[in-house]
Parts: sequence; structure tokens; C-alpha cells
Amino acid sequence: MSTVLDRTVPTGTTTTPPGRPFRGLRHAGALAVRNLVKTVRTPEALIDVTIQPIIFLLLFTYIFGGALGGGDRSSYLQYLLPGILAQSISLAGVSLGQNLNSDIQKGVFDRFRSLPIARSAPLVGAVLADVVRYLILFAVIMTAATVMGFRVQTGFVPTLAALGVSMAFALSFCWISVFVGLIVRTPGAVQGLMFLLVMPLSFGSNVFVNTASMPGWLQHFVQVNPITHLVGVVRGLMLGGPVASDLAWTGGWIAVFLAVFVPLALRAYNRRA
Amino acid sequence: MTSYAIEAEGLRKRFGTTQALDGVSFQVPAGRVLGVLGPNGAGKTTAVRILATLLRPDEGSARIGGLDVVRDAARVRRTIGLTGQYASVDEDLTGMQNLLLIGTLLDLSRRDARRRAGELLEWFDLADAASRPAGTYSGGMRRRLDLAASLVGRPAVVFLDEPTTGLDPAKRDAMWDVVRTLVGEGSTVLLTTQYLEEADQLADEITVIDHGRVIAHDTPGGLKRQAGNRTLTVVPVDAADAPVVQSLLAAVSGDEPQELPDGGSSVPVADERALATTVAALADRGIAVSELSLHLPTLDEVFATLTQTPTSSPTTSKEFAA
Repeated sequence: MSTVLDRTVPTGTTTTPPGRPFRGLRHAGALAVRNLVKTVRTPEALIDVTIQPIIFLLLFTYIFGGALGGGDRSSYLQYLLPGILAQSISLAGVSLGQNLNSDIQKGVFDRFRSLPIARSAPLVGAVLADVVRYLILFAVIMTAATVMGFRVQTGFVPTLAALGVSMAFALSFCWISVFVGLIVRTPGAVQGLMFLLVMPLSFGSNVFVNTASMPGWLQHFVQVNPITHLVGVVRGLMLGGPVASDLAWTGGWIAVFLAVFVPLALRAYNRRA
Repeated sequence: MTSYAIEAEGLRKRFGTTQALDGVSFQVPAGRVLGVLGPNGAGKTTAVRILATLLRPDEGSARIGGLDVVRDAARVRRTIGLTGQYASVDEDLTGMQNLLLIGTLLDLSRRDARRRAGELLEWFDLADAASRPAGTYSGGMRRRLDLAASLVGRPAVVFLDEPTTGLDPAKRDAMWDVVRTLVGEGSTVLLTTQYLEEADQLADEITVIDHGRVIAHDTPGGLKRQAGNRTLTVVPVDAADAPVVQSLLAAVSGDEPQELPDGGSSVPVADERALATTVAALADRGIAVSELSLHLPTLDEVFATLTQTPTSSPTTSKEFAA
């Protein structure tokens, strides 16, 4: 047995950790930038916030729009756009869970987890980076719809407010995707599970059609469906009309998503070997 | 007061029906290298992940610099660097960006992070590739970048989980030099490996793990002695002296010597004085020798003995020259 060196292990790092919340934000910011660099390097990862919503918009306006809108495609587009926005922004979070899942498989997160940073920093960073994707989605969808003939009936400030509410919704809803990304085995499974969730939510709602024609039991679902209320807010803000009730519902759902899925995601992240 | 940089006590960890660790203990004094040796699935990586705060042990405890890896995980993370079995570099980020990110996360100032990243890229021969995405790197380059990333914070304790698996011999030697440099700078290193030669080259002490248990712990030399006799080899200059050398070796060891193709002979010896006796006897008879050596058994033989692999045992395997 060799001699035991009687000295303390030097801490090595010459760092002076500043105030905690500020530090955590800076770490999350650095990790958000990492995710953005990845997005820039792989532009095809933006298909779900660019081409995909445009396809939905074209599909529903020109193929189903005539039938659904009783022959009046342009007023159907007015009705449809807020719905497509809500659906797309809910789907946009799916890739977040997929990316987290593949990052974990590659071992990149082992490095982060062995660093003296908040356990939540990599997750918060990934979510923050998604803000940029949602902004792109908003710009793309508004531009495409405007070219197709959509016109905001209210003004710039209500439109910005609609963007703000959609963003808040997306940033809370995406924690479901984060959670799923941490508990399933493959990125493909994340997508499968999330579509299973988002598709019934977006079709079982007022996104595409007036819900009055749906059977009673389905209307109960539609009434509590978070996407229904988000669409209600966006429609009200862009086309005019009351938003208070839908806004309250949406705020409630945002709180529920955050209160339930942020802790679940963090717990799953800590457990994931 | 801290006397060991790394301490593990009775670590147990179960995954489903697999008992990955079944009571593993070891200590590493500061500034030393411990080689954790074992075949695939022995539990080496699990042990490292517990020590690096990535996994919680089911039972037992571990301390890094006296800090408990579960209770003081946050402080432990300030003192450790981890290089995993699979190079965990970010493929979309450049080499420089990878290291800058770690620097930022370690609260280095922008300037310090840049300087440290530059130093490490230089040291690991990656300066030319610094602005290329790590996804374009070769396997060896990724390993080096991964190791560089684990050293950004100048950790006092470095975990290297199979750092040379899959590297060609030149790259492996370069990696060994890095480990020696780290130790020279005062870091404590825990190195897992499947390669006996690697542990022999780098480690001050070796802990052999199999099926989640420590089956041996010793210095490389002690481990070899523990597992078998040494082999004395004598090659005379003049082949005509071969029969004399043979009878002489037979007298020294009491065993029948084995003839070697170059006219020499070798025999297992247990007596510590065998070499001196042989030299004196050769001098008495005036026999000139071109080679006279005492070989320890190879670590492969040692490992075979310890894990009771039936294919070879130290008494029957007489591989010449390790």
C-alpha cells in the first residue's frame, strides 16, 4: 500500500460563483445558444415550423375549405388561421422531446449532469431555444396566410397579444414533450406518443370546424380541450370578439401544464441513468 | 480531514435483475492513479457513474475529497472531470464551441473560457480542427475533445472510463501521455480499462472487478507476484553451453527447464535468491550469456487466474517474453 498523501484535494477551479438565480439563467442561456447552433446546422429541423403548417393551411383552405366553409373559402381561411396557428404551435414542441431523447442517448447530458450546474439548466435551456422556433412559426404562418388572403380584423397590438398568449401556451405545453422525451426509449417513440396526444386535441376542437355539429359527448371534450380555448383567444384577438373566458381557461391550462409537467420532467431527468 | 481523494465503500447497485455492483470498495490517495480492471459488464462503468454523481448507489457510500457523492453532489461536481466510455461531445458544435460551452457552465469568464479552450485544443492537437463541427472528427479526435472537455475546470479528480477503447496504438500512447501529465500536475485519476497492459503502464494500484465484486487489489507488481511464479530465462552466447545452462537452471529451481528456440532455457522460480545464485553459478563456470532475465507473469495470466478462466493458468502458460 502506498503512502497516503496527507493533503486535501485542491478544488482546482478558479471560479467565483455569482448570485444563484442569475447563474442559473446564464447556464440555461448558454445551453439555449447550444440548441440554436444545432438548429442552424440542421435547417431541416425547422420543417415542422415552416413547411408543415403551410401544408396544413393549403390543404384545409383549398381542399376542405370550400366544403367546410359552405363554398366561401376566404371566410373559412379567416376562421381557420387561428386554429392552424394553435395546432402548429402545439406540434412544434414535439421535436424538443425528440432532441432531448437523442441527446441523452448520445451521452451529451452525462457531461452536463457531471457539471456543477442546476439539474434543470439543460431542460430550461432547450425550452428557451424553442422560443426562436415558435417565432419562426408565427412569422411563416402569418406571411403565408396573408398571401392567401387572410386579414387581421383588429390591429397590431392584439395580434402581438395573440402571439404572446400562443407563445406562453407553447412554452408550457412543450413540457409534456420534454417529459415524454425523458421517459421513452427512442426519438421515434416521442413523436408517436406526442402525435397521439396532439392530434385528438387539435381535431377534437374548434380548429377546423364549428363544434355545434359534433355529438354531445364530444362537445364536453371540446369544452375542456386546451386547444379550443387557445384558438378562442387567438380568434378573438385577431378577428374581434370576447376573449375573457377563453383567456382564463388558457391561463388555467398553462398553470396546470407547468405545475404538473415541469416537476415530472425534472424528476424523470434526475432518474434517467 | 481528507486522506483519500476517492473512497468507495460497499457500493451496491442493481438494474432490474442484474446486480451490477455487489459490494465494491476501494480508496485512491490524492495524486495517484487507480486502475479499475475488468471485462465488459464487470461493473466498472456503474462504479464510475456513481462516483461521478450520475447514479445513486442502492447501498454503500462514496466520497470524493471527503465529500459524499449523494449528499454533497453539487460540491463534488466542482472537483471532478468525467470522460465517458462513449465520447460525449456535441456533434453539431465545433471543437471550440464545445469547450467554450463547458467553460461558461463552469462560470469561467468569457476570456478565461476562451484561453482555457485554446490551451486544451493545443494540448490535444485539435487546434487546426477547432472551428470544425465535432461531428466531422475522427474517433480519436472525438475522444481527445471529450477528454479536453472534462479538463476545462482543472478537476482535482479525473474519471476516465475506458479512455483508449477503440484507439489505434499511436493514439493510445498519446492518451497515456495525457494521463501521466495529469498526474504530474497533481490530479487523482481513476481509470477503467479492459486492457491489462494499460493498467500496468499507468496505475499505481489496480483493483480487479468481476461480476460486480472486487476480486483483487494490489500494485501491478504485487498482483503479478500474487498470481504466479516468475520465470528465469538464460540465453548463453555459445550454443554449446546450452546443456550446462539447463542443468544449472534445473539445480536452481528444482524444475525441468524449458528449451527456447534461441538456444536459451527458462524455468519458473519461487526463491527470491534464484537470480543471484544463477549469476554466481554462471560466473563460476565462465559461461557468457547474451540474455539473463527474470520475468513477472503477464497481467493476462494474472487475470486468467483471478477470474478462473479455464483456458490458461500461470503454471502451464509459459509465454516467453511479455
